[in-house]
Amino acid sequence: MAQAPALPTGFELPLEPRLPRIGAVDAVALEERAASLAKRSIKKDAKVFALELAIRTTDLTTLEGADTPGKVAALSSKAIRPDPSDPGIPSCAAICVYPNLVPAARERLRGTGVKVAAVATAFPSGQYPTAIKVADVRSAVELGADEIDMVIDRGAFLSGRYAKVYDEIVQVKEACGDVHLKVILETGELGTYDNVRRATLLAIAGGADFVKTSTGKINPAATLPVALCMLEAVRDVHEETGRRIGFKVAGGIRQAKQAVQHLVLVHETLGPDWLTPDLYRLGASSLLNDILMQLRKGKTGVYQSPDYFTLD
Amino acid sequence: MSELDRPPGATPAAPRDWTYAPAPESRDVVRIAERYGHFVGGQWLEAAETYETISPSSEEPLALVGQGTEQDVDAAVGAARSAFANGWSALPGSERAKYLFRIARILQERSRELAVLESLNGGKPIKESRDVDLPLAAAHFFYYAGWADKLEYAFANRRPRPVGVAGQIIPWNFPLLMLAWKIAPALAAGNTVVLKPSHTTPLTALLFCDVLRQAELPPGVVNIVTGYGSTGAALVKHKDVDKIAFTGSTEVGKWIQSEVAGSGKRLTLELGGKAANIVFDDCALDQAVEGIVNGIYFNQGEVCCAGSRLFVQESIYEPLIAKLKRRLATLRVGDPLDKNTDVGAINSREQLEKIASLVQSGVDEGAEIYQPPCRLPEKGFWFAPTVFTNVAQSYRIAQEEIFGPVLSVLTFRTPEEAVEKANNTPYGLSAGVWTEKGSRILWMAQRLRAGVVWANTFNRFDPTSPFGGYKESGFGREGGRHGLEGYLRFDE
Repeated sequence: MAQAPALPTGFELPLEPRLPRIGAVDAVALEERAASLAKRSIKKDAKVFALELAIRTTDLTTLEGADTPGKVAALSSKAIRPDPSDPGIPSCAAICVYPNLVPAARERLRGTGVKVAAVATAFPSGQYPTAIKVADVRSAVELGADEIDMVIDRGAFLSGRYAKVYDEIVQVKEACGDVHLKVILETGELGTYDNVRRATLLAIAGGADFVKTSTGKINPAATLPVALCMLEAVRDVHEETGRRIGFKVAGGIRQAKQAVQHLVLVHETLGPDWLTPDLYRLGASSLLNDILMQLRKGKTGVYQSPDYFTLD
Repeated sequence: MSELDRPPGATPAAPRDWTYAPAPESRDVVRIAERYGHFVGGQWLEAAETYETISPSSEEPLALVGQGTEQDVDAAVGAARSAFANGWSALPGSERAKYLFRIARILQERSRELAVLESLNGGKPIKESRDVDLPLAAAHFFYYAGWADKLEYAFANRRPRPVGVAGQIIPWNFPLLMLAWKIAPALAAGNTVVLKPSHTTPLTALLFCDVLRQAELPPGVVNIVTGYGSTGAALVKHKDVDKIAFTGSTEVGKWIQSEVAGSGKRLTLELGGKAANIVFDDCALDQAVEGIVNGIYFNQGEVCCAGSRLFVQESIYEPLIAKLKRRLATLRVGDPLDKNTDVGAINSREQLEKIASLVQSGVDEGAEIYQPPCRLPEKGFWFAPTVFTNVAQSYRIAQEEIFGPVLSVLTFRTPEEAVEKANNTPYGLSAGVWTEKGSRILWMAQRLRAGVVWANTFNRFDPTSPFGGYKESGFGREGGRHGLEGYLRFDE
């Protein structure tokens, strides 16, 4: 399926739509820039804006072998009303679960505007035959998922079989139909920022609606430099083709402060247009309560005990 | 892509714009006296004449500072001579090191206070004084403290001896950091010093006197006399000064060199620059843009080694300029004490006028000017980040040092052409090369006539690395083992 090498050796892409050159990433300078943006001091109203935005863009996630319909229903309720004592707190963007739990989430979320995202394609390893991965996606769609979070085949990517990675994304995209596709690169396994950039462009060429950093099962996950590297690729695609690709950061974001740093990165790299759940998502679980705690502190001036925030 | 619809009313509507709230660093951490004298022989010497030093971001008066006279300079040199003769030069290196280590640690402990004062008096963003000036100033003292008892090993079989009394004149762009660059190696080598800070930024040097008191440095080892150029001239002309170290403009440097000629004084000069920042088409583009921005807008471009001439390979000219312009629009210009400020105030009205007149010459000569939309404060001295495209080698903005946030963009086709154009300047302080190709970095570095060549980075400083110029950018090196040589004589 992959065709017409429009870019340097080994990197096969269709000629249309046009994509930016792959180019290179300088690790030292990238990390420096990310570190300098992380030092932005976000206070008062700006902080409240960021924290509420973080909630609005959160994909509240549970991806455990022990997940049950009961647990997912509870988490779904949390996504609808993260803080029952404060109606001013917005809902999360979505719930992110394994395919088997989609119906449970769907039932609780019906009519609320909170989406159901399912991980698929032999998440998290992706080490299964393509046919099984595509079938996995089809069944998740049939079960009612609004969004699919797929993983790329890192084994193929790291051995230079980019065409295989690309073909799989294309097939998954077909299987998704109108369902929204997020492509997880699992950057913690890619080794270099050059690879992160290459995989980002490959995923976008394959038809990703969103590119996503990590599964959350591998460390390191969503580091700031990795996020910056992917955001810059998304920006290049937008400049060259006009396509707006979404970005999801996931894995290891547990504190409100980290979430704010990630939002600053998006704000200063892609601009305010990307600060919406349509184009930005934060995959997290324990993060939400820390944000709620910070918001409550902002309103009351004191930190409340964790017992005042529900564990779901 | 498919739009994700959210049913209305399910969740509170999202507000539109994210404006960062002001995040000013508190001024309360630093206490500024109403009036300062000169620091001579460990005492404050009442100044007969004073002038007002202001904050360039608000034009608010900060303090009255002494205008050093010939008598003040003479007293300071006398104190330095007596401290040199009566103990300091004979002190074992390990003892001198103790004082330097102490000063370094106190600088770290009081870094917030000094950073706030630096930004207040000089106009630079607090994030730079906090993250660059102060850590580097402390690092210089730490580094040269380490050399103090190892001079015989640094210059094996050459019997290094201190020179005597060093007269040091420093500029306003990095007041405390330049003070550290000057004082640390001088003291490590066993000299005593008389330092004259710039007239626009004397306050951190004066607060540094309190650091010296805390460190219990013997009186007279460091003396500080403030004032305008005439004070510096008195120091240059003083008969009992053994060495002059000057950082500043090429014009003043030339005058100092002619003045010192034949006097037997040693001299090191670190003068102006018009650095070439050379970007090849195989570079990491986004990071090169960051480097360009850091190269010319760091410290409002008031950096002698600023990358003020950008040479872009023609094959990536358009995407690079587009990226650069977009990046410029995200620079936050404003209150130097705000932690989110990227570009602060111009140091003085005089400097602002100089920048404005050179920028006007660029417009008049036919270059295309770009400035991002940004609202500059009404009071104080401000200049928007500026890029000139369509610049020819012959324009003044490509030839003269502007010392402001103004970038001139030129193009080249081949590496040979880049080297030729980059070297085609009377200056030679620094240069930058951006390419992913290692062999090309080395090829370029061998051919660029500049004291520092940065590869895939810019404006990076380290006390271990010698810094200094070719041609009209001066001579002598500061930093590293080389930085000691200017403060030592060798009896061979």
